[in-house]
Amino acid sequence: MKYEVVVGLEVHAELDTRTKIYCNCTTKFGAEPNTQCCPVCLGLPGAIPVLNKKVVEYAVKTGLATNCSITMLSKQDRKNYFYPDLPKAYQISQDDLPICTDGYLDIEVEGKTKRVGIHRIHIEEDAGKLIHSESNNDTLIDFNRAGVPLIEIVTAPDMHSSQEVKAFFEKLKTILEYTEVSDCKMQEGSLRADINLSVKPEGAKTLGTRTEMKNLNSTRAIVRAVEHESKRQIEQLEQGLLITQETRRWDDAKCESYPLRSKKEAHDYRFFAEPNLCSIIIDDAWLKRIRASIPELPDDKKVRFIKQYDLPEYDAAYITSSKPLADYFENAAKISKNPKAISNWIMGDVLNKLKDGGIQITGIPISAQRLTKLVDLIDSNIISSRIAKQVFEIMWDTNDEPDEIVEKYGLQVLSDSDTIKRIVNEVISENPKAVDDIKSGKKRSIGFLVGQVMRKTDGKADPRIVNQLLSEATQ
Amino acid sequence: MNHSLLTISDITKKLKNKEISVIEIVKSYLQKIEKLNKTINAYITVCNIDAEKYSRVLQEKLNSGEKLPVLFGIPMALNDNIVTRNTLTTCASKMLGNFIPPYNSTVNERLHDSGAILLGKLNMDEFAMGNSNESSYFGAVKNPWDFDRVPGGASGGAAAAVASGLACFALGSDTGGDIRHPSSFCGVVGLKPTYGLVSRYGLVACASSMDQIGPITRNVEDCAVVLNAITGYDPKDSTSAVIKYPDYTAFLGEDIGGLKIGIPKEYLDKGDNGEVNQRVFDACKIFKSLGAEIVEVSLPTTQYAIPAYYIISSAEISSNLARYDGIKYGYRAKDCQDIEDLYQQSRAQGFGSDVKRRILTGTYALSSERYEEYYKKALKVRRLIFEDYENAFNHVDVIISPTTPDTAFKMGEKFNEPKVCSNYEYTVSVSLAGLCAMSVPIGKDSEGLPIGMQLIGKRYGEGTLIKVANKFEEACNFVKTEFIDL
Repeated sequence: MKYEVVVGLEVHAELDTRTKIYCNCTTKFGAEPNTQCCPVCLGLPGAIPVLNKKVVEYAVKTGLATNCSITMLSKQDRKNYFYPDLPKAYQISQDDLPICTDGYLDIEVEGKTKRVGIHRIHIEEDAGKLIHSESNNDTLIDFNRAGVPLIEIVTAPDMHSSQEVKAFFEKLKTILEYTEVSDCKMQEGSLRADINLSVKPEGAKTLGTRTEMKNLNSTRAIVRAVEHESKRQIEQLEQGLLITQETRRWDDAKCESYPLRSKKEAHDYRFFAEPNLCSIIIDDAWLKRIRASIPELPDDKKVRFIKQYDLPEYDAAYITSSKPLADYFENAAKISKNPKAISNWIMGDVLNKLKDGGIQITGIPISAQRLTKLVDLIDSNIISSRIAKQVFEIMWDTNDEPDEIVEKYGLQVLSDSDTIKRIVNEVISENPKAVDDIKSGKKRSIGFLVGQVMRKTDGKADPRIVNQLLSEATQ
Repeated sequence: MNHSLLTISDITKKLKNKEISVIEIVKSYLQKIEKLNKTINAYITVCNIDAEKYSRVLQEKLNSGEKLPVLFGIPMALNDNIVTRNTLTTCASKMLGNFIPPYNSTVNERLHDSGAILLGKLNMDEFAMGNSNESSYFGAVKNPWDFDRVPGGASGGAAAAVASGLACFALGSDTGGDIRHPSSFCGVVGLKPTYGLVSRYGLVACASSMDQIGPITRNVEDCAVVLNAITGYDPKDSTSAVIKYPDYTAFLGEDIGGLKIGIPKEYLDKGDNGEVNQRVFDACKIFKSLGAEIVEVSLPTTQYAIPAYYIISSAEISSNLARYDGIKYGYRAKDCQDIEDLYQQSRAQGFGSDVKRRILTGTYALSSERYEEYYKKALKVRRLIFEDYENAFNHVDVIISPTTPDTAFKMGEKFNEPKVCSNYEYTVSVSLAGLCAMSVPIGKDSEGLPIGMQLIGKRYGEGTLIKVANKFEEACNFVKTEFIDL
């Protein structure tokens, strides 16, 4: 039988606000444990929350960027459950009136555009972090993360393959980065996804029983978990077994999942309105201000890059998939006569360097202006493309101006015909066999002679002149 | 010399005239606490050292001729659910028996800045749940008028301390009547302010949507003075009222001619303790003689107030008290198997039975199967009660009722009574509606026990309550002179 996989995501993004959602503690990552806490985020008796306005703005911003309706009057609710990392034994979240509802994102998979629905986006607070001591049996709690603002983005069950899930997740991540709502540092837990997945016989109307996998923290893990869980469920059904509705834990190192708790053990969260907080009222003026703060989003930027800089669709899509990359490109392209060459450099040498060095895009050591200059040097025939690679390497390491490097190392193109002619003559007299070959019709041998000339000039000879002189000399 | 029965204005006058020193005042209160607290048990913690230290600081200020703030040198005490930095804050529970907060409540900061001196932390019903003060982990408080009787609750220690001269004034907390009820039983003035008027930052939560801190004082004037000191917008409390806060002392001595006072017919129809009702009627006569008009009003939803209150407060309690899990602070059970066991044992051993009953009730009322039937319905009733009052206040300025149906009952008499809320029948609806109300002593019953009337005001109508109560107090001088000097 053929099966259809149905996937919905719940994505948690930590908002990149300066302070926590209900107090003035900083949200900076990586501090000494329990140094960024106060009575409010520790849930000390008598301490009460005050909502950070920025959190509402960021949630609304995300909602607008993902085509959601904005709830003009919403509220916050308590989600009650016991866990040692949850200082108040309830998480302040939103239950029946989330800030954003009914949005969507369009993704492209195998050349086809597909729409994935977004049910809702709501705000909530993050919990602390448990640290299991390796030296003894202790479990320690770090509350620095408690009260860091989150948005939870819940999609419709509209995805049907790991490629679709990947495309959606990456698109969403790009939007969160573009809007500067989250830094999306997955290795720091700023962005994590829960996967709701079920399978059903192809064409069946009703959904199968679903499982939930919690806290996936890399795109690779998400893809692998989706593939693995689809396979597991299909195998179960093939064997005539039923799927248990349960929460599963994904172990990415072992590439396997195991059950965490079943539906029977599921919490009754006893949601009710948080009495310590007032309703969130968004008026038209505020909404307008937030809307105005949204930058050009990736889809629009892609279309513009194609038009304005004459980029191929592939280049434009790739470069706009990251805001820092798009900004870098545009900073160079707007002062360059050859944006396509800029794109080639970025998609080739720049990205390879970043990958090899494990460097973030924001850490590119060559400024956009200097990359532009390098391209100019090639286009105005001051250096050859081959030499340009060397100049690029030196620029990467020394951060020097390309023209200074060319000057310093004497890398200019050799275009003096007399000098080249002398070397061409040398090469011809040293390689009589190749000259004979050419004369007897083996035109390919001319390449060998060009190579010899280049070797003698350290690659600096103008190849057009070399070619011309060699052709004349071997006729 | 005994200064313990002086009012705030008495002390202020004596300090300004250099008749007494701040140091003397504080000493005399501490001595009286030393002598009487063993019997009355109003204090859980007495801050001898800090109080004396602060009294010396203030005395120096007095000597240097600095301008004095409103509560300068006034010895006071706080309910033990009001957070005090570096001073034990137990909520009268074993659970927080060792809890020393690293931060301060807004009200404590305001009082300190106003020159009030904290004598100590007051006994109460555990986590402010109860009306007899018998549920305290630190033992029951006794009614100063009759040691065999309860002081009322939950802020029983506060009312007993003020009535017996163990503090010049106190701050209690009121969720469903917890300031007004003990004030009535102990013969003192107690105000439950409008929800949002006094910051709750640093008030350990019972039911957050109704909790309010308010003053318990010897007379209405003191109530106005203390209210001035503790009110004002607090950015740390999201529910803090954004209004123009008046000078409440400006209402003292104002005329009440033409004012309309409503009597709810639902209360009169009940025919409870004749003596209490009789006193309220007597009070109405006095108001008439002062030029006020008495009008009958109707609060038809009244009969549903107690069940609605019980469900909503228990629901919030079940969530508010979940944080006491033995992990971070407070009581932790020993020798536990695992985390689940640690939660269960710590909570089983750390909470008293009344608290547990509320947690269980609240958890049930919020459960997904029961939510609609209980919690949601109770919220609807709450809305109707609010509308009842809105309608009534279209016709009157103030509503009058008894504070409690009876005077103070004997210890052990009602403890563990399932309908423990029934003693709150006149007070809970005000809390549900978020209005203000004051309990004012109006005399004593045949057994010599104080009787209180409740004056209910509109939202932010504290000024009117102060005006009406103050006029009444002036008209019957017995109220402010009848204190027990033990």
